Amino acid sequence: MTALADGARAGRLVARDLTLGYGDRVVVEHLDLDVVDRGITAVIGPNGCGKSTLLRALGRLLRPQGGEVLLDGRRIDRLPTREVARTLGMLPQTPVAPEGLTVADLVARGRHPHQAWFRQWSRDDEAVVAEAMTWTGVLDLADRPVDALSGGQRQRAWIAMALAQGTDLLLLDEPTTHLDLAHAVDVLDLVDQLHHDRGRTVVMVLHDLSLAARYADHLVAMRDGRIVAQGPPREVITPELLSEVFGLSAAVLPDPVSDGVLVVPIGTRHSRWAATPSGGAP
Amino acid sequence: MSAATVAPGVPGRRAVRVGPVSAVWRPRAVLVPAVLAVVALLLAAVDVGRGDYPIGVLDVLRIVLGGGGQADRFVVVELRLPRALTALLVGAALGMSGAILQSVARNPLASPDLLGITAGASVGAVALIVLGGGVLGGALALVGLPLAALLGGLLTATAMYLLAWRRGVDGFRLVLVGIALAALLTSSTSYLLIVADITQAAQATVWLTGSLNGRGWEHVVPVLLAVGGSALLALTGGATLSALRLGEDSARALGVRLQAGQAALLAIAVLLASVAVAAAGPLAFVALIAPQVALRLVRSAGPPVFAGGLVGAVLVVGGDVVARTVLPVELPVGIVTAAVGAPYLLSLLARRTRRLDA
Ligand SMILES: Nc1ncnc2c1ncn2[C@@H]1O[C@H](COP(=O)(O)OP(=O)(O)O)[C@@H](O)[C@H]1O
Ligand SMILES: [Mg+2]
Repeated sequence: MTALADGARAGRLVARDLTLGYGDRVVVEHLDLDVVDRGITAVIGPNGCGKSTLLRALGRLLRPQGGEVLLDGRRIDRLPTREVARTLGMLPQTPVAPEGLTVADLVARGRHPHQAWFRQWSRDDEAVVAEAMTWTGVLDLADRPVDALSGGQRQRAWIAMALAQGTDLLLLDEPTTHLDLAHAVDVLDLVDQLHHDRGRTVVMVLHDLSLAARYADHLVAMRDGRIVAQGPPREVITPELLSEVFGLSAAVLPDPVSDGVLVVPIGTRHSRWAATPSGGAP
Repeated sequence: MSAATVAPGVPGRRAVRVGPVSAVWRPRAVLVPAVLAVVALLLAAVDVGRGDYPIGVLDVLRIVLGGGGQADRFVVVELRLPRALTALLVGAALGMSGAILQSVARNPLASPDLLGITAGASVGAVALIVLGGGVLGGALALVGLPLAALLGGLLTATAMYLLAWRRGVDGFRLVLVGIALAALLTSSTSYLLIVADITQAAQATVWLTGSLNGRGWEHVVPVLLAVGGSALLALTGGATLSALRLGEDSARALGVRLQAGQAALLAIAVLLASVAVAAAGPLAFVALIAPQVALRLVRSAGPPVFAGGLVGAVLVVGGDVVARTVLPVELPVGIVTAAVGAPYLLSLLARRTRRLDA
């Protein structure tokens, strides 16, 4: 299913035989992943299956117990962390800003890997931060403390920070959680634009399967720390897979407004369709 | 990167740029420390003027700047200035130490007192006073006491590091381990006081309260070096500290070398606290309050290191003035800082609890 056969040119971000865990607890075992360059990869899977763990390892926030993560062909844990931070940005799942930190100051922290102690606010910094804030629509909130924002505003401020880092690769852990549908679509359009206009590579964890199918070029479905399926969304999202990965019986329909698919859960009582395990036809 | 055609600028972050140097213009971050510095110096002048032979503030300033007769100069420069300078520097060291610890631990309760570093330094010093006892001459006490305190502080920090470190500092764990260590060390001090003979116990008790009595230039120099060196390091490490305040994952994602950065900052904080304790005894609560007061004055997003140091200096010098002025008997300054600090700690705890309940 993957475009990459063995020995073909490897992507910029690659996981080889990764084993990840916390102490004695192994969460991910022997996982291989080639992140599609200049593409949007969405990681889906039930809660606790290891999505965040995988993303943290890809972003060298978690040291693998086995295997390795390669960035541009070199082991990411052997590269100077500052250099990595200029290439690879990461938004953790539940970031917490210190009390009283303003939105502008938060976004400006994204410039950290480009700064020196005597160069804290260059013209470049200012232009990039202003642009990131404009893009995410938080420029009007510049003076507000992050802890006094709504969930959606806060999320956009953090995304602006990750953008201000100006990296070619971006890892986003659940960037649309806490957002209402309209704002979730805003954020995903933003990610889409990053990818189309700037050729950025994005890996994100998403919970909404229909949105994942629409915005991602490449889906990675995980369960119990393993990749169960990956490839173009229309090939990955099938009633069989949803049942296998999520234990969800759902209908999969063509998306009327895009090339994607719609996932319609069947549930137990409201559906006019009997809750057959392999529910829907197109 | 391609900047937007009309660079809009970022509200609230006006730039100051000179050649390759650039920073954000933050009026409060400049004005507050400036005012604090003036207040601290004036209080120090008042402090120098106090004594059996009172001297006015203006005269003190004149004499320090080179004026005045020989007798005045002797009294001010040789006898009294070291005490005031020790107060300033010890306060600054404690304030900076607290600000760094609170930032790294992301917890306003983190301070060398509550984390047991001060208690460890105290055990070192008291052990020397009590066990070294009769053998300890004047000169040896002068060198030995600070060294013993420093050693105690550093050993405690090492123990804390081993117990609390899990590939990085977890603030909550650090505070819990610190409180346990502090309790253990405080009981060790009590034990030492019980086994000591009465004169040594009295000597140790005065030291334990935190006193600036009889401080000379030999006390000033080590604290000056520690404060000066740490201030330089804090200046260059300021950005790292800011990134650390976003939490470990975010800091690392931004390219902070987490373990090295945290370890270096903790080491500076421990050194500052130990040197301060060695010079003036364990002045209670200064390191806890000063950064939080500074935070509210500067309105920064995290305890500011410089302003924290300056508030610490004001607290200790001011405390010394009060200790020598308000009551007929001259009190050790530590009693005054404790009298201010304990209620503050209670209010902090009350506020925290309420927030958790909410
Ligand atoms: N810091 C941690 N310490 C111990 N276990 C953890 C930690 N973080 C996550 N886990 C465990 O690892 C598993 C995978 O978690 P995670 O990667 O966060 O899942 P997901 O993001 O897919 O919901 C879960 O069982 C979780 O309990
Ligand atoms: Mg997760």
